[in-house]
Amino acid sequence: MKSSVITFPGSNCDRDMNVALTKFGFKNKMVWHDDNELPKSDLVVLPGGFSYGDYLRCGSMASKSKIMQSVISFAKSGGLVMGICNGFQILVETGLVPGVLLRNKYLEFICKNVFIKVDNKDNPYFKHIDKNVFEFHIAHNEGNYFCTQDQLKEIEDNNQIAIYYCNKEGQTEDQFNPNGSIKNIAGIFNKGKNVLGMMPHPERMIDQSLSGEDGSLFFKNLINNIK
Amino acid sequence: MLVSEKVAIEHGLKADEYKKICELLKRTPNLTELGIFSAMWNEHCSYKSSRLHLKKLPTSGKKVIQGPGENAGVIDIEDGDAIVFKIESHNHPSFIEPYQGAATGVGGIMRDVFTMGARPIANLNSIHFGSPQHKKTKNLLRGVVHGIGGYGNCMGVPTIAGQTSFDSSYNGNILVNAMTLGLVKKNKIFYSKAAGLNKPVIYVGSKTGRDGIHGASMASASFDEKIEEKKPTVQVGDPFTEKLLLEACLELMAGDSIIAIQDMGAAGLTSSSIEMASKGNLGIEINLNKVPCRESKMTPYEIMLSESQERMLIVLENGKEGMAKKIFDKWNLDFAVIGKTTNTKNIELFFNNEQVANIPVNTLVENSPMYDRKWKKAKLPKKNKIKKETYSKLKIKDVLKKILSNPNICSKEWIWQQYDHTVMGDTIQKPGGNSGVVRVHGTNKAVAASVDSSAVYCWAHPLTGGKQVVAESWRNLISVGATPIAITNCLNFGSPENEENMGEFVECVQGIGEASKYLNFPVVSGNVSFYNQTKEIGIKPTPSIGGVGLIKDYKKMVTMDFKEKDNVALIIGKTEGHLDQSLFARSILDEKNGPPPEVNLFNEKNNGETLLNLIEKNLIKSAHDVSLGGIITAISKMSIKGNKGIKLNKFKNLINEIDYLFAEDQGRYVIEVKQEDLKDVIKILDKNSVHHEELGFITEKDMIINEKTKVTIDELKSYNTNWLTNYMNS
Repeated sequence: MKSSVITFPGSNCDRDMNVALTKFGFKNKMVWHDDNELPKSDLVVLPGGFSYGDYLRCGSMASKSKIMQSVISFAKSGGLVMGICNGFQILVETGLVPGVLLRNKYLEFICKNVFIKVDNKDNPYFKHIDKNVFEFHIAHNEGNYFCTQDQLKEIEDNNQIAIYYCNKEGQTEDQFNPNGSIKNIAGIFNKGKNVLGMMPHPERMIDQSLSGEDGSLFFKNLINNIK
Repeated sequence: MLVSEKVAIEHGLKADEYKKICELLKRTPNLTELGIFSAMWNEHCSYKSSRLHLKKLPTSGKKVIQGPGENAGVIDIEDGDAIVFKIESHNHPSFIEPYQGAATGVGGIMRDVFTMGARPIANLNSIHFGSPQHKKTKNLLRGVVHGIGGYGNCMGVPTIAGQTSFDSSYNGNILVNAMTLGLVKKNKIFYSKAAGLNKPVIYVGSKTGRDGIHGASMASASFDEKIEEKKPTVQVGDPFTEKLLLEACLELMAGDSIIAIQDMGAAGLTSSSIEMASKGNLGIEINLNKVPCRESKMTPYEIMLSESQERMLIVLENGKEGMAKKIFDKWNLDFAVIGKTTNTKNIELFFNNEQVANIPVNTLVENSPMYDRKWKKAKLPKKNKIKKETYSKLKIKDVLKKILSNPNICSKEWIWQQYDHTVMGDTIQKPGGNSGVVRVHGTNKAVAASVDSSAVYCWAHPLTGGKQVVAESWRNLISVGATPIAITNCLNFGSPENEENMGEFVECVQGIGEASKYLNFPVVSGNVSFYNQTKEIGIKPTPSIGGVGLIKDYKKMVTMDFKEKDNVALIIGKTEGHLDQSLFARSILDEKNGPPPEVNLFNEKNNGETLLNLIEKNLIKSAHDVSLGGIITAISKMSIKGNKGIKLNKFKNLINEIDYLFAEDQGRYVIEVKQEDLKDVIKILDKNSVHHEELGFITEKDMIINEKTKVTIDELKSYNTNWLTNYMNS
């Protein structure tokens, strides 16, 4: 299975993503933002970091990079595109997924483990995964997902909410929401469910010596689904 | 402007220093030249008050590849790998403008590390604020934490450990010390020594602006009521550009075109060019019209003294300019050939085809002033005779609650949650433990790092305090199973012109030297920050020690959380009941007199090495050194982290129970051992003549101190975790 990780100026989780994808069997290529063409890929990942220093608005400048035109057409033709953290912010800026990401409710960067709940498994990312609540890691300043009421209705009607912040038991009360996201949303899909944007970093949870191993489950499942 | 003694004094030079400059040049300097002298001869850059004493520190050893004198120190961690590390202060700017001051402190230290070819793999910091009640404290703390996070998070380097303290002596002068560790191959280390004639001198990175002019001079003076006016001397950081600069430099460094490289830190283009020339015993010629400027009409004086961030100076092999430029173009960074190396041994500056400065390099470096300042020796304070009756009736639980929620003990999670501590995917011990630990990417090795200071002990008796901080750093590394290798020090003091402050400096350095020599824990880098004072009031002497150690097999790393019910808790090292200068005496009894706990270096070494041996044999389930707050604080934290309790054995010690639990005697650790391993552990401890006592055993959740005193794990957590968050939100 082939994957591509895009490096923008200021990306800083590109290496970590490369390590994770390679570990679970992807043949990964690093792709420079200024390139025109995307190598042949089964999965394209927009990694975390601070593309263009988060200046102007997180993800906005990166969404206009040369390579993004190819990424957008790849996504529109049904290709799998996953945006993690800053990658999610870039996806939102391209319009591939709906909504926006505001500053965290308490105006502080948050780096910690959180629990997330998977509701919808009818998609290439979570199909067959035998767990509903995962421990993932977040590290962001602008992860407060927001959209209009109309958008929210549409997202819900289309089953586009990928993951919710919750507690260990999977409860999604407000107190388990780390950043103020509407409906505790931690990640969403596009309508076709081939594009996933999420704030948590599965690539930081791939080894029992790190924060945990739920990321390993995610990647193993993902590559099996793509095969 | 015509240069006179008055102008020189306005530049922070002394009258006799100005006289010396005129003698060395055999003429009156022009304004640009005077600016250059003031930048090179200030305390921050010249170490004129400290050099004499720093020479006495042990700086070499089998594992030392590079000691002080370069951008950072370098140690060998085997298999061709090396760690580059250093700690540096950014105290003065952080008080004036906390966000930018702290952010550029972090940016500056990372640059020092990647200038040597190393990719930064971990950041640490030691930050000190005034009393929580002081009106400025909360905003300063918030600004500094945001600044450290803002820069480090954007760079994608994990912040893995730190230290935060509050003391009213920092009311007018906070301390912000930032430390970075980088990883490099031993045969790919870059240095700042220029070599060869007519080699191109290259400027890369951000453009030069009018920010931070005279920053180093500002950091070499005390504060007064006009401090707000100094804001323009604070630099403004841009972590995004630094991230690009890091990647571009490492890309260029993969080849062999660089002869010398030096970051533009304090005193900017001035000190970077002069240091490279001085080390190479060469001259350097710069055309200032070629320097990329952010603002129009910048004068030579401004260009030379700007402390704009994210800039580097490189001496390149001839003919490699085009290839190098391509790399910097790719990363959208400025690249300009601004000069060349010469054989004149002078620094010659040209602007609009005129020579605007011509100074022999040695006058700026070797001939810079060095002072043997007067200093006063501190006496060891007499033992404070605290009457047992004053505290023997105190309820242990009440005291414990106060100690665990004390600002200097309480959990600092509010702070470190704002730092990305997991990026790079190798952090195997997060902040809040004994040391931060990161794996050496792709290997079985890991590097542990800790940063410590004990201002109260140093204030009570500088010699003992200096030794103690080094010992504590050593213990923090050992507690995670790392073999301590070397330290970096950040020496934060008041005015060297005050005999008592100078005495504190001299004797702390002596203490640091004695301990690091005995423990074979040499000092490989560091910095001195004097004039941490407002008018006549200086801070408590605060040397911060950053220690680095190696864990050969990271699977053997030890953490401090209690692991399993029924395991036995032991205390290593002897408890004499030393309460003077303890947190208990100071915060509960309000007793501020007496000597700090004595540091017995023989015991430190023996206890530490024996514990490492036990860890190597997989006999230790958890470990924590005993420091501020004594045994009970140590076991409380181990309980909280492990979500387990402990039942203490029936108290049969000769000393009072409170003395035993809250004393801060040195050289001690709490360790957790499995029942079936206990015999073996005791045998090894006895064989090495390490004092040990059985403390109790691990329970499911309650901490049972004696028949009358029981504290639940939830109570412990609530005492310890809430203070800082409540304070910041109040």
